[in-house]
Amino acid sequence: MAFDYAPAPESRAIVDIAPSYGLFIDGEFREAADGKVFKTLAPASEEVLAEVAQASAQDVDHAVKAARKAFETWSALPGAERAKYLFRIARIIQERSRELAVLESLDNGKPIRESRDFDLPLVAAHFFYYAGWADKLDHASFGANPRPLGVAGQVIPWNFPLLMLSWKIAPALATGNTVVLKPAETTPLSALFFADICRQAGLPKGVVNILTGDGTAGAALVAHPDVNKVAFTGSTEVGKAIARTVAGTDKKLTLELGGKAANIVFDDAPIDQAVEGVVNGIFFNQGHVCCAGSRLLVQESVADELLDALKRRMATLRVGDPLDKNTDVGAINSAEQLARITELADAGESEGAERWAPACDLPSSGYWFAPTLFTGVTQAHRIAREEVFGPVLSVLTFRTPAEAVEKANNTPYGLSAGIWTEKGSRSLWMASKLRAGIVWSNTFNKLDPTSPFGGYKESGYGREGGRHGLEAYLAPSSPKGEHA
Amino acid sequence: MSGKTGGRSHRNVKPEGQSGMNAVDRLSVFKTYKLFVGGKFPRSESGRVYEVTDAQGAWLANAPLSSRKDARDAVVAARKAFGGWSGATAYNRGQILYRVAEMLEGRREQFATEVAAAEGIPRPKAAARVNAAIDRWVWYAGWSDKVTQIAGAANPVAGPYFNLSTPEPTGVVAVLAPRDSSFLGLVSVIAPAIVTGNTVVVVASEQAPLPALSLGEVLATSDLPGGVVNILSGKAAELGLPLALHQDVNAIDLTGADGELAVELERAAAENLKRVLRPQPGDSGKGAWSADPGTGRMLALVETKTVWHSMGV
Amino acid sequence: MPTTVPAYGSEAAERLASLADVTASDGALRRFLHGLPGVDAVGLDARAATLGTRSIKTSAKAYAIDLAISMIDLTTLEGADTPGKVRALCAKGVRPGDGAPRVAAICVYPDMVATARQAVADSGVQIASVATAFPAGRTALPVKLADTRDAVAAGADEIDMVIDRGAFLSGRYLEVFEEIKAVKEACARPTGTASDGEAKGATRSAPGGAAHLKVIFETGELQTYDNVRRASWLAMLAGADFIKTSTGKVAVNATPPVTLLMLEAVRDFHATIGVRVGVKPAGGIRTTKDAIKYLVMVNETLGEGWLSADWFRFGASSLLNDLLMQRQKLSTGRYSGPDYVTVD
Repeated sequence: MAFDYAPAPESRAIVDIAPSYGLFIDGEFREAADGKVFKTLAPASEEVLAEVAQASAQDVDHAVKAARKAFETWSALPGAERAKYLFRIARIIQERSRELAVLESLDNGKPIRESRDFDLPLVAAHFFYYAGWADKLDHASFGANPRPLGVAGQVIPWNFPLLMLSWKIAPALATGNTVVLKPAETTPLSALFFADICRQAGLPKGVVNILTGDGTAGAALVAHPDVNKVAFTGSTEVGKAIARTVAGTDKKLTLELGGKAANIVFDDAPIDQAVEGVVNGIFFNQGHVCCAGSRLLVQESVADELLDALKRRMATLRVGDPLDKNTDVGAINSAEQLARITELADAGESEGAERWAPACDLPSSGYWFAPTLFTGVTQAHRIAREEVFGPVLSVLTFRTPAEAVEKANNTPYGLSAGIWTEKGSRSLWMASKLRAGIVWSNTFNKLDPTSPFGGYKESGYGREGGRHGLEAYLAPSSPKGEHA
Repeated sequence: MSGKTGGRSHRNVKPEGQSGMNAVDRLSVFKTYKLFVGGKFPRSESGRVYEVTDAQGAWLANAPLSSRKDARDAVVAARKAFGGWSGATAYNRGQILYRVAEMLEGRREQFATEVAAAEGIPRPKAAARVNAAIDRWVWYAGWSDKVTQIAGAANPVAGPYFNLSTPEPTGVVAVLAPRDSSFLGLVSVIAPAIVTGNTVVVVASEQAPLPALSLGEVLATSDLPGGVVNILSGKAAELGLPLALHQDVNAIDLTGADGELAVELERAAAENLKRVLRPQPGDSGKGAWSADPGTGRMLALVETKTVWHSMGV
Repeated sequence: MPTTVPAYGSEAAERLASLADVTASDGALRRFLHGLPGVDAVGLDARAATLGTRSIKTSAKAYAIDLAISMIDLTTLEGADTPGKVRALCAKGVRPGDGAPRVAAICVYPDMVATARQAVADSGVQIASVATAFPAGRTALPVKLADTRDAVAAGADEIDMVIDRGAFLSGRYLEVFEEIKAVKEACARPTGTASDGEAKGATRSAPGGAAHLKVIFETGELQTYDNVRRASWLAMLAGADFIKTSTGKVAVNATPPVTLLMLEAVRDFHATIGVRVGVKPAGGIRTTKDAIKYLVMVNETLGEGWLSADWFRFGASSLLNDLLMQRQKLSTGRYSGPDYVTVD
């Protein structure tokens, strides 16, 4: 008899999803002005979870007005008082973290192990971190008495719905801004539950407004003339469109966009941990990670050994029900994303790379893609250049550290990179040469509220997290010589 | 070529107004103003020049009218220089910026004359602006090995990791220099860009490019590696767009772009998500560039890199 | 991958002999051991922790509990041990009760081997004896070898030796290697004294009557994971049948990451040479939850082939009762209590 893990499903009963949700504007839920709604699905089963309101430009206007009105009082509150609201929110998130983890796994398709052990703890930590800044802004090195910008329009992606919300809302509120946030079309639910957390925390109405909807709502929000700050996390393509939209305005813009990170393994790497790092780098969250290590650059002298180990390890990945506590890889977030991953993987094959995936049974309904790796990939292949945003790893080789740097940097992106070596001086040398905003050395995909996150080049600009993350939401006290 | 002639008073030993040949008068030697690209002094590849006049319209010189290909060449030079300059020690960069100040100090007279003519201001005022510009090099020279300490961070992450954030240069920066501050404004946009390791392609003030072109001569003798600063003269409207669209330019400073051009260029810069410094209200008019420059310009042209390393035995 | 042979076979000896150049000199052995891939402590800890989050429920849990019971080296290693105490432990090991499987072995000091041997009779439960001046190992080699031979002569099926940590930490790897080899030779049983347990063949048994050798590193004293990986290879090269974490007598005993690392070393040794070695974490594993975490590590690192008492053991004393209580809970649906399992 084999040691087969019996199903260990997390209970769905802990979360109570209403049949329908409105927009959260000025402290209350309301229908969209034109009454439009859309459905949100569980990607693991294609089951309809709820119907949510689809915001129009008119709703955007209402939300921005509410945020503008709230800004007067919110920005005038002593920092210590704003801090206490954020601390309350952080605590309530901790209290409700199991419920929110289940909700997130349902709506997003990510494994409960990740929503429970990664997303939710980081969400609460992010609010705790920025709560503490609210009354210490004078000490943040942005001049004495730095001022909030006003109304922040924030658009977030579907890969870490609640975590990305926390990255946007926590620093915005700590610095005295008010917020209109649009969650992604395919993952609106946790943001709506967050609205309820704002209610429980007694947050003044209008300080946080949540608009569910599609890209048109996001575009309207970004373009709204009374928005002072735009923060976007998502694709580079949309990021560029937003940059064009805000051109010529006074809006301050931060963008956290795509990536094509190299995970670089040297012949003296701690090999077992490197394999884990590579697996975690690309299969974590189904590869729906902007900083995913989607290119494995392995030194030729250990390539065979590493690949054998990698394949052996991939064969133990458990793909399936996101709510099963033993699932390592969950569902692809949407049919659209699955189609994109499939198309790029097929291109990899047709361009001559060799495809490999472990044998795994995929569920018959829902959106699934087996963990896949491509060998024989060159820099010229599409799968080595384009962001797949799925569980697809491209393996390339290098001979020398200089070649590794050259290949790693040979991309329009510059979000993250990984280095695996036991030689400290080489690690630091590599870190200094890599043109990427986050460099992980003997680790990968680690995030922390205190640690600035953001990219070089076409991966966007501005930083989220840490002291640096405050800058995006503050106007410097002396305009002269300071940049917008 | 049109316009008044007989300018360049600063070059003639003979007082203006007199005419005819006099055996005792010495005929001055005009300077041919050239671009500064990759450490060399080329003419525009287009072979074009345009007439530069003083505030009264008197002819001062013919400046190269740079083309988009000159801009392209300058970007290539700036990119080529980036690795070495950004990889130099902060101490070394500081020494070189200070050396620029030293070299300028000995040429204050020349620059005061050029600035007075370019900006149409009295000589003493021009001299004060040159002094301020030299002092600005000194100010930024000192920042080279301090900016990392004020803009970096050691981050106390909740785990066994060493985590450090440091500012790094953005890369190649295109700069449209201020239109009405031919030297102090120029220095005020170049120095903060290069002190952190960026390399720049500067489009000098269209109306008053001569101090900028002369600065190239100073930079060439200040141990600054060729290509770190590249200076073009010509029309911002012509050079701005190819620079804003250039895929190998990482940031653009729009200080010298007027309203509509700035919007157009910001939009173009979105093509590869260049970092954009929008024109600031305080960048022109009375008192512009005389205030404490702060750290804003330096910090706008750096990227924060955060390095994690596991900590274990 | 080479075909698999167990570490105790004569074929294994041949394969190990083919690596003679590695152990030809202190220098060669040092270069080899220091050429092994390093271990990133943070990454190893994180992997072990992640595997520790596996949720083993219902049928999988029932399977795991019985498997864990069958892998226990039920241990008493006290100065106060008496024949009565040892007999009681043997009785428990042979028949844990409620239809639970018997344990793998009874682990005692050498002077209790004969008592234990008699007590387990032909049950198939093996007798393991610590030896080589356990737990410190601080005596001369001849004394260690005599200690080993005594235990084997008294009927021990398995010898749990300790390495000379002092020699290892001061870099005298070849000395440690030679000592393990010498002890392995001392495990050979004089003809005609084969134990009953071996005769029953209930678990894998030593051909030619040699007792199986488990090599204890005392990982808590080796301190670094790099040392543990080197010690693992050193012991396997010297012919260890099992590698074992700890004596249970120091502050830090078996931990999930140390055990995971040893499992990885065994996996790599097997992949390289084709010789299969067992792993025994010992000390500090007291609960069913802990034991299952170890089984998950074995399952996801070495696979099913190692999920038997032939290749994985728990060195434990109190673990058995917790497993029995959990077993009762699974079968009755009620939580059990300490009065419903025997105190031995």
